[in-house]
Amino acid sequence: MSALYALVGAKPLFLWTDLLIWLLVAVILFGVSYTRKRPHLLAPWHRVARSRLAMGSLVVLLVYVVIGLLDSIHYRPALEQSEPGDEIHYAVEARTVLDWLVGDLREASEKSYSAPMATHLYSRENVEGEQGVTQRDYPRLKYGGNHLQDPQQRSGDITQSLLLGSVQGLLLWSLIVLMLVLWLRYRKGGSPLQRIVTLLRGHADVSEKQPLPWPTILWVTALVSVLLMMAIQLGVKYHILGTDKVGQDVFYQAVKSIRTGLVIGTLTTLIMLPFAVMLGIMAGYFRGWIDDLIQYTYTTLNSIPGVLLIAAAILMIQVYIDNNALLFETTEERSDLRLLFLCIILGVTSWTGLCRLLRGETLKLREMDYITASHAFGVSHLRIITRHILPNVMHVVLISVVLDFSGLVLAEAVLSYVGVGVDPTMHSWGNMINGARLEMAREPVVWWTLLASFLFMFVLVLAANLFSDVVREAFDPRVQSRGERF
Amino acid sequence: MLNYILRRILYAIPILVGVNLITFFLFFVVNTPDDMARMQLGMKHVTPEAIDNWKQERGYDRPLFWNDAAAGAGQATETLLYSESTKLFRFDFGVADDGRDIGGDIRERMGPSLAIAVPTFILGLMANITFALLMVFFRATYLELSGVVLTVVLMSISGLFYIIGGQFVVGKLMHLVPISGYESGLDAFRFVLLPVAIGVISGIGSGVRWYRTIFLEEMGKDYVRTARAKGLPEGRVLFHHVLRNAMIPILTGAVVVLPLLFMGSLITESFFGIPGLGSYTIEAINAQDFAIVRAMVFLGAVLYIIGLLLTDLSYTLVDPRVRLS
Amino acid sequence: MYGLFPLLASANWNSPYSEEGVESQVLYSSFSGRPKHLDPARSYSSNEYTFIGQIYEPPLQYHYLKRPYQLEPLGAVEMPKVTYLDQQGDPLPKDASIEQIVYSLYEITLREGVQYQPHPAFSPVDEVLLDRMEQLSDFPQPGSRTLTADDYIYQIKRLAHPAIHSPIFGLMTEYIVGLQGLRDQLKEARKESPEQWLDLRKFPLEGVERVDEQTYRIKIKGKYPQFLYWLAMPFFAPMPWEVEQFYERPQLKQKNITLDWYPVGTGPFMLTVNNPNRKMVLERNPNYHADFYPNEGEATDQAQGLLEDAGQPIPFLDRIEFSLEKETIPYWNKFLQGYYDASGISSDSFDQAVQLSGSGEAQLTPEMEQQGMRLQTSVSTSIYYMGFNMADPVVGGTSERARKLRQAISIVVDYEEYISIFANGRGIPAQGPLPAGIFGHQAGEAGINPTVYRWQQGKPVRRSIDEAKALLVDAGYPNGRDAESGKPLTLYFDVTASGPDDKARMDWYRKQFEKIDLQLVIRNTDYNRFQDKMLNGSAQIFLWGWNADYPDPENFLFLLYGPNAKMEKNGENAANYSNPEFDRLFEQMKNMENSPERQQVIHQIMAILQDDAPWLWGFHPKNFGLYHRWYRNTKPNLMANNTLKYARLDPVERNKMRKEWNDPVLWPLWGGGLLMMALVVPAWLGIRRKERQSLRVEVK
Repeated sequence: MSALYALVGAKPLFLWTDLLIWLLVAVILFGVSYTRKRPHLLAPWHRVARSRLAMGSLVVLLVYVVIGLLDSIHYRPALEQSEPGDEIHYAVEARTVLDWLVGDLREASEKSYSAPMATHLYSRENVEGEQGVTQRDYPRLKYGGNHLQDPQQRSGDITQSLLLGSVQGLLLWSLIVLMLVLWLRYRKGGSPLQRIVTLLRGHADVSEKQPLPWPTILWVTALVSVLLMMAIQLGVKYHILGTDKVGQDVFYQAVKSIRTGLVIGTLTTLIMLPFAVMLGIMAGYFRGWIDDLIQYTYTTLNSIPGVLLIAAAILMIQVYIDNNALLFETTEERSDLRLLFLCIILGVTSWTGLCRLLRGETLKLREMDYITASHAFGVSHLRIITRHILPNVMHVVLISVVLDFSGLVLAEAVLSYVGVGVDPTMHSWGNMINGARLEMAREPVVWWTLLASFLFMFVLVLAANLFSDVVREAFDPRVQSRGERF
Repeated sequence: MLNYILRRILYAIPILVGVNLITFFLFFVVNTPDDMARMQLGMKHVTPEAIDNWKQERGYDRPLFWNDAAAGAGQATETLLYSESTKLFRFDFGVADDGRDIGGDIRERMGPSLAIAVPTFILGLMANITFALLMVFFRATYLELSGVVLTVVLMSISGLFYIIGGQFVVGKLMHLVPISGYESGLDAFRFVLLPVAIGVISGIGSGVRWYRTIFLEEMGKDYVRTARAKGLPEGRVLFHHVLRNAMIPILTGAVVVLPLLFMGSLITESFFGIPGLGSYTIEAINAQDFAIVRAMVFLGAVLYIIGLLLTDLSYTLVDPRVRLS
Repeated sequence: MYGLFPLLASANWNSPYSEEGVESQVLYSSFSGRPKHLDPARSYSSNEYTFIGQIYEPPLQYHYLKRPYQLEPLGAVEMPKVTYLDQQGDPLPKDASIEQIVYSLYEITLREGVQYQPHPAFSPVDEVLLDRMEQLSDFPQPGSRTLTADDYIYQIKRLAHPAIHSPIFGLMTEYIVGLQGLRDQLKEARKESPEQWLDLRKFPLEGVERVDEQTYRIKIKGKYPQFLYWLAMPFFAPMPWEVEQFYERPQLKQKNITLDWYPVGTGPFMLTVNNPNRKMVLERNPNYHADFYPNEGEATDQAQGLLEDAGQPIPFLDRIEFSLEKETIPYWNKFLQGYYDASGISSDSFDQAVQLSGSGEAQLTPEMEQQGMRLQTSVSTSIYYMGFNMADPVVGGTSERARKLRQAISIVVDYEEYISIFANGRGIPAQGPLPAGIFGHQAGEAGINPTVYRWQQGKPVRRSIDEAKALLVDAGYPNGRDAESGKPLTLYFDVTASGPDDKARMDWYRKQFEKIDLQLVIRNTDYNRFQDKMLNGSAQIFLWGWNADYPDPENFLFLLYGPNAKMEKNGENAANYSNPEFDRLFEQMKNMENSPERQQVIHQIMAILQDDAPWLWGFHPKNFGLYHRWYRNTKPNLMANNTLKYARLDPVERNKMRKEWNDPVLWPLWGGGLLMMALVVPAWLGIRRKERQSLRVEVK
């Protein structure tokens, strides 16, 4: 094994949240393949897939997810060997595949604040002039725009990069379209031209009962790929969203924060789901003292103000981490455990709602004829629950999972402000906002950190909200009657 | 009725016991009194003797769960768990780590909290209902579409941005209201204006969407169709019939949060320097003053339970079909 | 428009105060958290001294204007007379050697006719009415009484009171004769009746003697010249026994009316409103004794107008309002709007207010200068340092290897950069533990730390990374790896970082260590755990700071004295540094008067410290104070805490400027309203039209 590591020059680092995220990916993939074979489960998804809004948001969400997943493969790069024959050692600071992809962006740090796309620092400093006279002036940046001979050329250079980026973006997009066409042809046949026309004009394909809103998907994809290529073009030369107090690239921080947001939004539900589902169904199904006990538990937990419970629990895990400092070889592992624990405790405070819903739903279901019939046939409780009840409450679970996501992403920011959020050394939008608060008092105002965190968070939450709306409407039997809006 | 209320109150006791056990575990077992003492006595010249003294003065020198040294029932009662719990149940919150009486502070800070929370709640409710009704009223015009988009957009913005932005624009650039602070009496108006406005606006996104679904649900019911068939104008149907019927879910939903208004808002209060219970809690968390945090947890739990009770009662009041037994 | 805001017809809309005091001598200031203790025997932090410094008067004070800092009598009529005694208590000549001196006797004679502030404790209390008293101000007819030497003695005894937890008790037992004995007696007495008030007059304290109404003596073990500085701190202010007895009533304790919250003193001001959740107010003490603005100061004071009020009776202010202000941003913004009279500058508001001139001198920006603000800077008598735990097997100890490692790290952590990034230049890299302004500090080439700096072209220049790498090779860690095992050297940095800025700071530290390929792991903990680690010696590298109690090198160097080790003994030597040679020189230096000989010894001490490098010396922060033009007589004084009595205001000017700076901007409101109208009206019309149409259809 170690020979393999040496060959690659890196040693993988398995963080708890990484493992859980990939587990979640596996669960979702399994769910997809399971659903595909069952038309009655697939039906609501078709409704979702028909919605232009949902598909557009999904493309955006996928971009976030891909970035988050790339950022969830950690490794420790090998340190340079002082002599060839030496044993190889690995850095204590972990990197991710994303870090590797963005390359220099991580290292390219300036001295202090610089505005987006700037070539100079944001504040004046003593600069030694040509005759050895010190002057107060804005010094040039080390990295941002350092390829320019004359800073005056900046706007021309930026325009050029933008054009180049959009051309590249369109090329990338064409590539995607091409692959799509080939795939569709492979799946469904027809001439390539016919496929392209279908894609771009959104003509309902006669062979398909549920046409996908291809134009929307493609337009959003085009937008995303153009933006992506522009960011790459500009990112290597400039700090797209400026730099922060110690000169780190804000764009990089905002991108790195994506993982934290996704982890909190998804793992929290993943962790609490088994409890909520199990207890909720048990309470509704068995009733009697089990119901009383479960109700008691969640009323008690619910009655403790959430923030205070989280604060207390986070202080507790911090104590554990500090007492067992030796267990954690890298800083990432320490902050990761705190993140995981934050997810757990957020789960503890948020499972009660779902639990109550499931209990109600199960109470209704167990009175159904087919369940009473199963009882009469002597089918075991476990089997009734797994075969009859669970599948019939899954829509409740799904809706609440999707709805919770954006709330959890937003909650992270607030918790970080209170000081009981993720570890202060971790990249997160909450930590960025918390820092940016102080910057608003500067004059001239340093607005870009706030803007960056705002934009990245807003786009994610907006996409998630739009998507969850459609999912809820597709799955909730009550709202179906109102039909499709948007 | 009275019987029911009594039973619910009795039912609340085991819940409060549970809350108390959880907080005791978190605050005394995890963070031992030694830690608290060191935290409170400051940095310069702290001796172990001073720590012992401090613990003794607060009664924190007793064992946590079981006192072997005591005799008889004292083995269970002369412990931290017993003494701390009984004090809470008598609503005797004791003194904070800095020596101030917590009960007195809570009474004093309730006023400012309510001065923010009550107007925010009432105005928010009114604004949400108004906008939701308007959106329903303007159905199928561009206003509805832009309203729907706007609510999703508003919902997707973190509350922190509203506060930071509002404070910056209204307080710093426009000089309309004091940037932060609080005064009692009529003067409070100036200080409360901005936090309340921000509170209302930040809640509008989700609020309007929620009420809109309620109204739309009502719109689909038979009586609306009847009213329309009678030839009533749309405005009258909406503001008279629909609104009145939708009030039942709206009010019962609102009652549960009423008691929790006392707790104040953590973030708003600390940003605007309002000396309410929300900022009190945050300060306590930051200073790790566990006596205060425990008191607030307990208070929050009690208020929550009162809220549940009020909700049940409000059902019977607004909907004669529900009867409590 | 005033119809909309009827309450604001005359005032500034955004004024955070009611407008009563706007034209009088009321100073507006703030406090950031509720002061924990206002009992002079207990209080020991600067935010508490802001208040009690104005209320309690110890025997001595620091001269407001003169530098270096100089003590002068305050409660006393003249400086204390010191007599040295031998074992038998017989006086020794002034020039007696340290070995001969067994005791020192300080005789203090008080000012005559000093009265306490009006307070109900000095008049008979109607016990029946007691239950109805909700605040101190509810008591009728406050009385007063003349100050006597007994009050000073009473306070010294309070230092030993077991329930008061005076933070300096431990230290003072080493000096004041019989203090420990008194503590034991009091403990014994409290055992019998724990709740009962202890009348300390009944318990004798051996080391303190009352001579007459106006005179008392304190007996100190050995020679301890620094004792005079303690006499300028509120620990030694007078405390009347009546007051303590008054506050002992259980009915008052229940209402939070305690001595710890309602101080009673002889000073220029008295605390009249004490609501730590919102506001605290100091008001002029009507009984204040005659006191005058100083007639002389430093050479530059005249030019700066600091002597304009020379010889005038003080205080000038009638009232000082402290509002609770937790965050720096609102504070700064309110200061800019004219609602606070003075402000320190937080690092983030720096660019707006201050620019550095060519020579590195801080000066106000033109905009600020136009507003008439005044900037005052001073190097504070504190130090922020990064310590190595000397008990740690890797970085600690006296071995050559560890020392070279420490020296290499000292070179690479670039505090010049730290100051420019995180403190915006408001600090001076430290060459050793002593800041400028403290005896023993040496400026220029003689004072530099040769381990880290070279003297080049008249200024210290940090040694290069290559030199650090060479040191690392010598230490046996070439390229940051253990030469024997080849393992990379990983160091642990124990911090309590939770603020928004901390992430950047930690990243910065990590980068510094990376310069010489050292791996730095941040171990972030909460304050309690951190203290635990420090106490059991398991920390490795940590950040710490110290703020001087008094302007004497002893108060800094004792932080490195072996017997003061933090580990297990819980002393102030956080690095657990222990070097017999240093300890010997420190003991010698400690009791010396400021003299060339003392300077010589300190120089030797510095050489040892700089070579051993138990700390990265870090930096001495600079204090920047900004004052509005209407605020007069301000001069930074880092030692004195009773400076408010010298301050004077020009309220008319202030009122004018406030009005000018806070003109409300209304057009966005109108604009927003118009926009709304533009959106709603067409839709409304559309609906109207639709309804009419449908009506028409129905009619048809």
